[in-house]
Amino acid sequence: MLELVDLSHTYGSYRAIDRVNLKVAQGEVVCIVGPSGCGKSTLLRSIAGLIKPTGGTVLLDGKPVDGSPENLAVVFQDYSRSLYPWMSALANVGLPLRRRGLDKKRRDAAALAALEQVGLAGAAAKFPWEMSGGMQQRVSIARALAYQPKLLLMDEPFGSVDAQTREELEDLTLRVCAHHGMTILLITHDVDESVYVGDRVVVLSKAPGTVVGDLPVQLPGPRDQIHTRELDAFVRLRAEVGRLVRGMTPQRNPHGYGLETR
Amino acid sequence: MRRATSGVLRFWIVPVTLVVWELLTRATESPYFPPPSRIATQFYDMWLSGPASQLLLTDGALDTFGPSLGRLLAGWVIAGVLGVALGVALGRIRGLAEYADPVLQFLRALPPPLLVPIFFVLFKIGTPTQLAVIVFGVIWPVLVNTTDGVRSVDKGFLETARVFQFSRYDILRRVILPSAMPKIFAGLRLSLSLALILMVVSELVGSNSGIGYSLLYAQQSYDYAGVWAHIVLLGVLGLLFNALFLVAEGRVLSWHANARRNV
Repeated sequence: MLELVDLSHTYGSYRAIDRVNLKVAQGEVVCIVGPSGCGKSTLLRSIAGLIKPTGGTVLLDGKPVDGSPENLAVVFQDYSRSLYPWMSALANVGLPLRRRGLDKKRRDAAALAALEQVGLAGAAAKFPWEMSGGMQQRVSIARALAYQPKLLLMDEPFGSVDAQTREELEDLTLRVCAHHGMTILLITHDVDESVYVGDRVVVLSKAPGTVVGDLPVQLPGPRDQIHTRELDAFVRLRAEVGRLVRGMTPQRNPHGYGLETR
Repeated sequence: MRRATSGVLRFWIVPVTLVVWELLTRATESPYFPPPSRIATQFYDMWLSGPASQLLLTDGALDTFGPSLGRLLAGWVIAGVLGVALGVALGRIRGLAEYADPVLQFLRALPPPLLVPIFFVLFKIGTPTQLAVIVFGVIWPVLVNTTDGVRSVDKGFLETARVFQFSRYDILRRVILPSAMPKIFAGLRLSLSLALILMVVSELVGSNSGIGYSLLYAQQSYDYAGVWAHIVLLGVLGLLFNALFLVAEGRVLSWHANARRNV
């Protein structure tokens, strides 16, 4: 449903991503992982129509994307700049539905249902600043759920919360979003997370970012933070992804150990 | 504990000042500086000795305050609406600010009282001219702050709006305006105190009603206690407006105060 063809972007003379090719099928959860500064965010912002890539095309359902595509939602890393502090959680979740031509009653009902799915039905009247970071990110996820996009982009969605909350949110994403049959593109710098959440892990190299690995994740479901992570398959895959993330920049790593200090 | 002490201090500073003022003015016996007790008596006789049905306000008070406060509020509201509308346009329409800026800076530099003669020619003598003076004088803080506010909306807020494809109206009404509201309110508050000043100024020239006119009248009849009573009245009105405004602001912007406290 999503296809990137030779997607490239340069900021001035800085090449952020270089000829990224990627095909994502309907309903797939694809994690894009790469070292910091590999153009992950640039990639996501190009797909979301927030920047116009300087080269290549983004195809959604076979049609080239120009501007922000319909049926696309984003969960940003920085929830404090994405949820509106002058609105309650319910209003934040319901706001994008105005575009769908629903009346207030149905918008509120849909928003409440989405909040219920992320376990925040009791906090609908709360304002973002009354919530913890994890709760705020749940509201962001609920907003995406209520919107019912075909494609959900997540930009380091759990990068700003503590480890335990992060695990909860990963499971939430797997349980709720995947069950809706949404196609999800999740961007992360966390190797473990990419393997745990993804059906597929795509590894980007250091800038200029380009695809250096594309691995299917075959782990038995339902996934579980403890058991899945101790499976041999998980450990092996994690090591492989980790090597790809660290190692594949020979031109910048003359010693060839594949271990760069960051 | 410290808070309590500072509250008591603030409370006591008022009577202490009044006593010192009273003693000094009685000692000097200058006709231009009547003691506060006389000012208070004059204040009471002129404005506060009315019937309970009028909240103790005398007929004179109603006749004097009514037109003044009406013009002040009307001028302030008109300036507020115009200022926000123009400010949004200047802040959001690319290129417009560059064209408009020299003209705006020129107009802004003009002292509104000097424009009274021009407004006399343009409008009729009386309320329209006074309104024009107030509007012209107080629109600037709202305009400048609104422009600044709508320009500095967080990029994240706008990107979210873009991704979820909010309509242009929703972006303006539910993202840009609320986000700029703290700055708009700061502008409105400045304008309100300016409006009080300009209200008096506009009534000092070519008016036959209002607090400014009444002040001028007291001065010309050598009623210095009366003049001082007017000054006290203006101070009290300023305090009152500011307090009311802060209450309204606290309600509208509660999210802002709280969001900042929690960061």
